[in-house]
Amino acid sequence: MPVVPESLRDIRAQFPIFARTVHDQPLVYLDTAATSQKPARVIERLRKFYSDEYGTVRRGSYLLCQQSTAMFECARKKAASFVNAERPEEIVFLRGVTEAINLAAVSLARSILKPGDEVLVSAMEHHANIVPWQLVRDMAGIHIRVIPMNDKGELCLDAYEAMLSERVKVVALNHVANSLGTINPIKQITALAHGVGAIVLVDGAQSAPHLKIDVRDLDCDLYAVSGHKMYGPSGAGFLYGRYSLLERMAPYQGGGEMIDRVEFSESTFEDPPYRFEAGTPPIAEVIGLGEAIDFLHDIGLEAIEAWDQALLAYATARLSAIPGLRFVGEAEARSGLVAFTIDGMHPFDVASILDRKGVAVRAGHHCAQPVMRHFDVPATLRASFGVYTVPEDIDTLAAGLELARDMLS
Amino acid sequence: MANSIAEKQADITASFQAIDDWESRYRKIIQLGKALPDMPEERKTEDNKVKGCQSQVWLHAALENGRLVFQADSDAAIVRGLIALLLEVYSGQTPAEILAADQTFIDDIGLIEHLSQTRSNGLSAMIKQIKYYALAYDAVIKRSGA
Repeated sequence: MPVVPESLRDIRAQFPIFARTVHDQPLVYLDTAATSQKPARVIERLRKFYSDEYGTVRRGSYLLCQQSTAMFECARKKAASFVNAERPEEIVFLRGVTEAINLAAVSLARSILKPGDEVLVSAMEHHANIVPWQLVRDMAGIHIRVIPMNDKGELCLDAYEAMLSERVKVVALNHVANSLGTINPIKQITALAHGVGAIVLVDGAQSAPHLKIDVRDLDCDLYAVSGHKMYGPSGAGFLYGRYSLLERMAPYQGGGEMIDRVEFSESTFEDPPYRFEAGTPPIAEVIGLGEAIDFLHDIGLEAIEAWDQALLAYATARLSAIPGLRFVGEAEARSGLVAFTIDGMHPFDVASILDRKGVAVRAGHHCAQPVMRHFDVPATLRASFGVYTVPEDIDTLAAGLELARDMLS
Repeated sequence: MANSIAEKQADITASFQAIDDWESRYRKIIQLGKALPDMPEERKTEDNKVKGCQSQVWLHAALENGRLVFQADSDAAIVRGLIALLLEVYSGQTPAEILAADQTFIDDIGLIEHLSQTRSNGLSAMIKQIKYYALAYDAVIKRSGA
């Protein structure tokens, strides 16, 4: 059993949720890939902002607004440094990855994509990186092509390379697959895409909570992050965009504070990132996200990454011993989760029994139906880790799986 | 004369509430699911599929002598057990009786909290579908009777 490192030893105590029970059992939370629990300092930051500091941003000349704006822009600096962007103006605050990809798809369709152009997505995408492209497909006259994967859940890079041509204008894929845990070789994929002049958009929903992200090293053009999966409040995330690209991109939503000049015949728009932030943003949530980034930096991203790998190795070994258990997703490079099925048992049944033991896991298709079809399973069970996960959580999961096997067979 | 829907619901609720630990309740429902006759494969069609998120549910309805006869199945054992309860209550009743019945009794057996409200297992959609069938056949009966 791996030993919790010094930097994470007291982490669990910082999450108030673990003081409660579920069905009279201690909470074993293994659904961080869906959304993470929140540390006290993030909750306190929201409370303090709403109680003592609340005001709108960028719209008023009074003190509360000036202070809110400063805090909001400070969060932008934190987000920029979190992904190692060149400048804070490369960060667009949004609800999360879903909104970021919708923005990218619509904006690129309006400003850059031409009929006949191709968008490549991978075979292991979340629906949020498939459906937005389908929604703009007919408007822009583009084609969507799929980079295949092998039966371990790794992308076929040879096939990817063969698909690249000057018609490919966008390559959109996840850094870590939410249904499989696969870590995709973004740096290599980006270099190849740039060889044909394509823009690379990365869905960072599952990677940002576990891996150190460096957009300059990856050299990707767009990188989307959801704050609620990395210990921040729900409702706030961001899109990193290379500034020279953001400048070429058309606005997504129209509204207040994204304009330069408005006439009834026509309007001109603010520079990025404000061009993409129409309306009053989720101010408190963005400031809370800034606090969550500080929380991650204080632990140290290297330590978080190393602990995630230790948990992954332990879970893989521990669950392998359960008869009939098959892992779905066995890529060499993985992060954050294990997904599996157990012969003769439906994931819903297993998850319902685990719930009674206080264990929260996800059962279903994980919004990745094409992945389920690839592996010919209707659904899987997914146990995913956070900074508060301890090896004993995996032991409780394993015991719960044994009980489920006894009850269901 | 078949028992009324309300009586059957009360019997089921009482039999589950008499069991005081969750594990035994679950074991009972799983056994009920195992005893449910399999739905013929040819009836497990797309048309008969009830849209759920985590498990698949199929429901087939036919009107026989003014009463609705349901067949249903699921790929999940616990859902199958709950289906057995729903069929026990609703199958063989008239459309008018089904329309008048309380739909939330399944919450009272203490198995899964707020079961009738969660979309996740296909069961709430199945209860809704049973009501739709009742509504449709009720209209058919009224039209032919008039």
